Amino acid sequence: MIDRLQELGKEALEEIKQADTVKALDAVRVKYLGKKGPITEVLRGMGKLSAEERPKVGQKANEVREEIQQQLEQKTEELEKIALEEKLQEESIDVTLPGKEVKRGARHPLTAVVEEMEDIFIGLGFSVTEGPEVETDYYNFEALNLPPDHPARDMQDSFYVTPDMLLRTQTSPVQARTMEKFKGKGPVKIVCPGKVYRRDDDDATHSHQFMQMEGLYVDENVRMSDLKGTLEAFVKEYFGPDRTIRLRPSFFPFTEPSVEVDVSCGICGGDGCRICKHSGWIEVLGAGMVHPNVLTYNGFDPEKYSGFAFGMGVERFAMLKYGIDDIRHFYTNDIRFLEQFKRV
Amino acid sequence: MLVSYQWLKEYVDISDLTAEETAEKLTRGGVEVDLLHPRSEGLDHIVVGFVEECEQHPNADKLRICQVNTGSETAQIICGAPNVAAGQKVAVAKPGAVLPGGMKIKKAKLRGEASEGMICSLQELGIEQKLVAKEFMDGIYVFPEDAEVGADAVNELGLRDTVLELDLTPNRSDCLSMIGIAYEMAALLDRGVQLPDASFTAASESAANKVSVRVDVPEDNPYYSAKVIKEVTIGPSPLWMQNRLTAAGIRPINNVVDITNYVLIEYGQPLHAFDLDRFGSESIVVRRAQEEETITTLDEEVRTLSSEHMVITNGEEPTALAGVMGGAFSEVQEDTTAILLEAAYFTPARVRKTSKDTGLRSESSIRFEKGIDQNRVEEASARAAYLLERYAGGKVLDGTVEEDHRVQEKHVMTTDTNRVNQLLGMDITQDDIVSIFRRLRLHTEVDGENIAVEASTRRPDLRIEEDLIEEVARLYGYDYIPTTLPHGTTTPGGLSTEQKDRRTIRRFLETSGLHEAITYSLTSPDRVKRFLLSDVPGTVDVSLPMSEERSTMRTSLIPHLLDTVQYNRNRQINDTALFELGSVFIGEESSLSRQPEEKKVLAGAVTGLWDVHLWQGEKKKTDFFVVKGILEGLFKEVGIGDQALFAPSRHNDLHPGRSADVSINGRTFGFIGQVHPNVEKEWGIKETYVFQLDLDILLSADKEPTSYATLPRYPSISRDIALVVGEDVAAGEVKQVIEEAGGELLKQVTLFDVYEGENLEVGKKSLAFSLVYLDPERTLTDEEVTKTHEHVLAELTDKVQAVLRQ
Ligand SMILES: [Zn+2]
Repeated sequence: MIDRLQELGKEALEEIKQADTVKALDAVRVKYLGKKGPITEVLRGMGKLSAEERPKVGQKANEVREEIQQQLEQKTEELEKIALEEKLQEESIDVTLPGKEVKRGARHPLTAVVEEMEDIFIGLGFSVTEGPEVETDYYNFEALNLPPDHPARDMQDSFYVTPDMLLRTQTSPVQARTMEKFKGKGPVKIVCPGKVYRRDDDDATHSHQFMQMEGLYVDENVRMSDLKGTLEAFVKEYFGPDRTIRLRPSFFPFTEPSVEVDVSCGICGGDGCRICKHSGWIEVLGAGMVHPNVLTYNGFDPEKYSGFAFGMGVERFAMLKYGIDDIRHFYTNDIRFLEQFKRV
Repeated sequence: MLVSYQWLKEYVDISDLTAEETAEKLTRGGVEVDLLHPRSEGLDHIVVGFVEECEQHPNADKLRICQVNTGSETAQIICGAPNVAAGQKVAVAKPGAVLPGGMKIKKAKLRGEASEGMICSLQELGIEQKLVAKEFMDGIYVFPEDAEVGADAVNELGLRDTVLELDLTPNRSDCLSMIGIAYEMAALLDRGVQLPDASFTAASESAANKVSVRVDVPEDNPYYSAKVIKEVTIGPSPLWMQNRLTAAGIRPINNVVDITNYVLIEYGQPLHAFDLDRFGSESIVVRRAQEEETITTLDEEVRTLSSEHMVITNGEEPTALAGVMGGAFSEVQEDTTAILLEAAYFTPARVRKTSKDTGLRSESSIRFEKGIDQNRVEEASARAAYLLERYAGGKVLDGTVEEDHRVQEKHVMTTDTNRVNQLLGMDITQDDIVSIFRRLRLHTEVDGENIAVEASTRRPDLRIEEDLIEEVARLYGYDYIPTTLPHGTTTPGGLSTEQKDRRTIRRFLETSGLHEAITYSLTSPDRVKRFLLSDVPGTVDVSLPMSEERSTMRTSLIPHLLDTVQYNRNRQINDTALFELGSVFIGEESSLSRQPEEKKVLAGAVTGLWDVHLWQGEKKKTDFFVVKGILEGLFKEVGIGDQALFAPSRHNDLHPGRSADVSINGRTFGFIGQVHPNVEKEWGIKETYVFQLDLDILLSADKEPTSYATLPRYPSISRDIALVVGEDVAAGEVKQVIEEAGGELLKQVTLFDVYEGENLEVGKKSLAFSLVYLDPERTLTDEEVTKTHEHVLAELTDKVQAVLRQ
């Protein structure tokens, strides 16, 4: 009987080996382990055996059963794994197909530049202040040391809307208004971004409308070295830590001394190239120490207070940073232009 | 101002500096050199030649065969200029020369005759046509007889030079002269200035016997002087003078005119020479012009004047527009023998007025307008007299006839070392400061700490202490200013709430898929009455617009956004989503009496496909609800999500059935809608949705606070209802009824289906809502919910005649 069991075990294992579907395996299970299966049958005939042989045969039967059971489980697992793999294979996709685009708009480059400038100056303790675009002649010119017959008024031909109101030609009237509001008591530490207007024909480098960012700091003992330090900190933050500045004497009615500020050329590193007209420097902004007349007009005592002011063209900074070659792009809003600034 | 480097050397020793280095010095010192013009780069093998013979070319009517002695040899040169003749000294480009236009000179045969070079015109040597003396304009240039044969013609013509083109700031009128630049250079280099010779020999005859001067308007003309020079012979001025004038951008005319122009450039002092015999009288009267008085100026134009203008007259009629231009009839001509030399100080304002009204700008008027040195007039006059004596054979009569009303004020500025260093943040010694004022040739006195500096009419821009400090800074060098950071009271800095909110809005709209646009504020009159947020009583118009397109300030952002949509459409970009943040400008019914209202506005325009994923078959067009969804999201973002309401509205430029007003607390603050199909056609665009919101109202609304509520611990119960209502009943209204009736327990109402059509009565539609009930304190019973839900249904029946759909 033991031989018989041995044989049955062999047969069963062979059939398990042959089975290639879960169904076939089930059939093997039923065939050998079912209640009417051959092993059960063998066991039924155990009554004829001696008491000595009986436990031996029983043990053998259990061994064979367990062996079959184990093989069945193993094979089932194998087959299920294959079946799952087949299913997953069927479900596979072309991962190179394009994903669904998340709609995203772009920040206007001028906004990007203004915000970046604002953030740098906020870090240096400046507040952001704004004012009207249609200004009085007084705030736009007179309060800034530009009396009616001043020759420097030629420099900024403006759009008047009445004899004493105009589209502001600079954002400095905001500085005058803010100083006035402070009633002679410092510190005043502000930057003023905004749109300004001048009578220029629009071309690649001129625009009748453009944006400025001006700054003002008035307090006791403000020094020109503070101006230089502040602007250098700004330039390094905006253009990069390896850039330097230099000051050149200039003239603005509202500052004395007045300077033009050049930044070292980022293309050639100061050796001279086409971008910097072979000078190694690029003119980026105007600045100076607040003219005592401007302090006086706006309620500050020039004996006690001093200050610095600076002004820069936002378009120029944007053009330098992104290599934009035509100022008109900022105002035509070609989607192909705007889309390039999604990352800024 | 054009500055000849070679000429400048006359007054200040800059022999150790190249033109480039000179330019760099000036620029770093604050007198910006905009451009350098090398006048003869690579111009060689051009010599002074003597035309020994000049014969007709046998095969060409217009050509001559010249035998030209070039010093070392005699060469045969064919020349086509009409003015070539034997006995002339001319500029010969020898084989090997390359002319400024790129022409290479080689030995050649012209119509069968050999030619070994070329006789040049001034234009061919790179001189601008407008600077070539009239007699040489249409032919070759002829040197004066004393020119040395074989000499370098380029050098003889003063072309071995570089011209510095200055971009002067308005305060530096002192640099509108060679001597002014020389003083500047001398100060920068700490060197001396060599002034020109002005010593003439006066004749015994007195000028005062010849002419008289009367100034009727001393406030406009504080100083007027006349010299009389007799026995002049009109002819060309010396070549060196012509060369320098050409470098300065002035065409040589004749010796007398050239001398006045030369002194003008040299001293910055405008002069005028009248022909004394043609002047018409012996009395010079300076006065205002009469209304409608006329003068024919040198350019042969008749000018009609007013009492705002100043003229020089002969007692009867005007002979010159003071400070601007001379008159025609008293002009110096070839036969002139006696000259009246005017040297005067006219005030800037009067000359500016005359120049502006007549549209005449001259080298003279430019200088008077910016302000000349009133104390240098006599010196310049003497210099001209010297030159007239020397180069025009003139006899200068004794004395100057003048009327002098100049006020000599003594103005002293004071500063001290401490103050200089405090303002600059430097550490300069008193000695260094004083030496800078000395270099500037300013009279300086030191008294202890005090430094007193006397103002000079030569540098009218220096008036206050800060001006002095600037001089110290620029001559000491800005490079030596250290970099420090402010050490005063610390200020936190930052953005205002409104500025932060605007950034929030921008970020939200960017992430929602809208590009930010910035368009022009100035627009055309036909664009200002469109897409208005509220009534605009008047517009803000530019007084003298440059074009109609930019003549008035915008009253809405939408027209320019639609222009942008159209601009992109013309470039095959049909899916455009834009927003803009900016101001609109509201005027008054009549002309502006105060600053106009500037309303901050947020607007947008969206057109074309919105949601696209083509290979998966997704393709959603922009519609009202896309844009409304963005606004609803925006309202949530700024904290007013539950307060803003949309209600149907009518706007001229919007689709009447697809537009809504947006309000908060009963106050309308914006609109949204499809652009009216007729307006779309007008703009040449397709279905486009727009919105415009008053930013101030949007941002000033009370924001819903961010606060924490305990998370619900009890389950909610959800009930769906499908209602049939009249098709004109607004879903919003139904929702409102549900919310009111649901009371405390009703936490959420969501519309999930809208249906019209089959299985529904005509004129009816079905709306399906999902309602969620919840009590945070306990588990709701089915009974409680049913009771509330039935109340909701009853209210719906009552208020909007809703019927439950079966
Ligand atoms: Zn460079």
